[in-house]
Amino acid sequence: MALTGLDIYKLLPKTNCKKCGRPTCLAFAMQLAQKKANIDECPDVSEQAKQTLGAASAPPIKLVTIGAGDNALRVGEENVLFRHEEKFYHPAGVAVAVSDRLSEAELDKKLKEVSALRFHRVGTEIGINLVAIQNDSGDKDAFARVSQKVSSNINLLLILASQSPEAMAQALSADGLAAKRPLLYGANNQNFESMAKLAKEKNCPLGVHSTSLEELADLTEKIKTLGVSEMVLNYQGNGVRDVLQGLTRLRRAALRKNFRSLGFPTITFLNDQDPYGEIAQASTYLAKYAGILVLHSYEPWQVLPLLTVRQNIYTDPQKPVQVQPKLYEVGQVTPDSPVLFTTNFSLTYYSVEGEVEASRIPTYILAVDTEGTSVLTAYSGDKLNEKVVAKAMNNTSVGERLKHKKLIIPGLVAVMSAKLKDETGWDILVGPKEASGLPSYLKTTWDRHGKKG
Amino acid sequence: MQIPNVTEKWSGTVTEVTIGATKEEGGTRQKVVKVGGASCIPFMDFEGSPGHKPVIAMDVLDVPPEDWPPALMEPFKDVISDPALWAKKCVDKYGADLICIKLDGIHPDKGNRGAEEAVKTVRSVLQAVGVPLIIWGCDDTQKDNEVLPKISQATKGERCLLASATQDNYKNIVANCMADGHNLVTQAPVDVNIQKQVNILVTDIGFPLDRIVMFQTTGALGYGMEYAYSIQERERLAALSGDKFLALPVLCNVGYESWRSKEAKSKDEESPGWGLAAERGPLWETITAVTLIQSGVDIIRMYHPKAVAAVKKHIDALYTDGR
Repeated sequence: MALTGLDIYKLLPKTNCKKCGRPTCLAFAMQLAQKKANIDECPDVSEQAKQTLGAASAPPIKLVTIGAGDNALRVGEENVLFRHEEKFYHPAGVAVAVSDRLSEAELDKKLKEVSALRFHRVGTEIGINLVAIQNDSGDKDAFARVSQKVSSNINLLLILASQSPEAMAQALSADGLAAKRPLLYGANNQNFESMAKLAKEKNCPLGVHSTSLEELADLTEKIKTLGVSEMVLNYQGNGVRDVLQGLTRLRRAALRKNFRSLGFPTITFLNDQDPYGEIAQASTYLAKYAGILVLHSYEPWQVLPLLTVRQNIYTDPQKPVQVQPKLYEVGQVTPDSPVLFTTNFSLTYYSVEGEVEASRIPTYILAVDTEGTSVLTAYSGDKLNEKVVAKAMNNTSVGERLKHKKLIIPGLVAVMSAKLKDETGWDILVGPKEASGLPSYLKTTWDRHGKKG
Repeated sequence: MQIPNVTEKWSGTVTEVTIGATKEEGGTRQKVVKVGGASCIPFMDFEGSPGHKPVIAMDVLDVPPEDWPPALMEPFKDVISDPALWAKKCVDKYGADLICIKLDGIHPDKGNRGAEEAVKTVRSVLQAVGVPLIIWGCDDTQKDNEVLPKISQATKGERCLLASATQDNYKNIVANCMADGHNLVTQAPVDVNIQKQVNILVTDIGFPLDRIVMFQTTGALGYGMEYAYSIQERERLAALSGDKFLALPVLCNVGYESWRSKEAKSKDEESPGWGLAAERGPLWETITAVTLIQSGVDIIRMYHPKAVAAVKKHIDALYTDGR
């Protein structure tokens, strides 16, 4: 939380000299608090005050970068507790844990399965971000060997998880591994000096863990003085209630109290024997307020819903997600193919597209620009009417692609049929109210009345 | 190092609503279900009471569903055409806290059954189970107005939860719930202001606040869940800040919505790379439920027994882990 106007006033010279253009120092302080003024406009302010103000304007939760280049993961720098207040900015990283106890063959198989964890949803590819190599063997050679193998066989970011600074150092000595900026996990109250030294030397972010928030705060302060600023915190709570409360306290302390010692993104390790329980917990933490989640299990039916929670929770609530308003072709369309329209709200569009795909009937979908609103919302807000649809048909020259003049419209706006017919001269066919009715509509109704009629 | 106290002080509490009535209370239920009572952000019990545990109402349809995928049909295939047996299985075998009778069959397009038949169905379920009932119309205003009053009268004194009253159609159902001692669902699709408006309208004509449950319509995971999530979160914050017209328990329709999604219902051969349909559907429903309860939810309508078991276990852990 930023300083208040009165906090800032106390740092100013309080001379009311007007050199900054404001009548009083207090007025200037108030404008600084609202970020409508710059501290440099005061010629007499002390260096110390400048530093205090500078520190206060830094983001309350540090942005931490794991990895290098375009694929790097950035977590942290969140501003709110509730997504409707603004939005959640940096989608949490999802990792799969890999033990260094695995045999060569097991490791090969697992890496292949983990690489396949990519999915297409609403026009975006979603996937996991990281692999966490865990030094379960306690053996530093095994850890180094597996780390190197993972690093050279998979195109994902890395977490090196070992409590042993020696094992960590050996793994990092492999060619090119440190340059990939893995997250080093982790530092605790025993090993933090050696771990911090490694993190500083290799310029890698450092994971810090403890079973108490107080100790985490102590550790981050000590590690900062050792020259490491990018940290990720693991509050090792006792079960879902405790971890959820810990993650909430961390986020509140950083945002509401501007408490820098806990102003870092978080990491949470899942390890539940129950395959539903593990994803239920992970989804809970994703909503509130995980930075990175490390999964023990990784079946595609487990990972897909978790990644979808992330996609949902990190959507910008002020801005409906839109697709480009244009004519889309699904399948091998011909001049005899059906054409239907829907809105350019991505949820609506992709529901329609998914059902059309499922019908296996090549179809044109005209996404009409309704400023990203759904069919009914757009219709009741007059963003969807016969003129808007006619304009979209003209813009895309859809008529020139077809031999017929029949347009399928959403069942929810059947009421606009007559006006749309007058406006365009096309025959209007009323489609189903729900996208899920499209396959049977295209197979039966269109087949009867559209294609042949 | 001492860390700052981040406990928030709240002035409001979610109103407690009691569903069902025992013999002593004029009904026939073996137990009642209490919902609401939260006075803190969900599960932050260090700053207030998390209230009653969210409860699970399993849906029972009055007519066999036509479009359920095999993974969903499997647990119910022996009872699917008998609502009473279906309800009994949900309670005895799957641990449902409540039964929600969904009257699909009265819809003009889905069988157009009359009030008499619907009353018969509800009576048979009432006799088969000892848990309280939710009775949900078919969302065709005219038909609901015709059938729900008859059901309300037939279940007088049972303190059921009837759905639903909307901004444009509330007088009929409110009058019946008032006369027959039932609770009421007020419905407003993803809009806090309309929700508050409906609640004011129904209380203006004398319906008590402590018999109202709110329903904002639900989006499944991947299909607009975040809209319901944020609306419910805003409602809960308003409730905790002292807005009594929004300080009411919240219901989510998770079963129906999640099983409409492609991710839940598509067959294995249609979705290579997504994993087993037998697990995919139940987990999709589970995750929709557990994510939404973070926004503040008191009653969850659900379908699949595996999802019900997972959500119940998760809720228990949210109340007890680490204590």
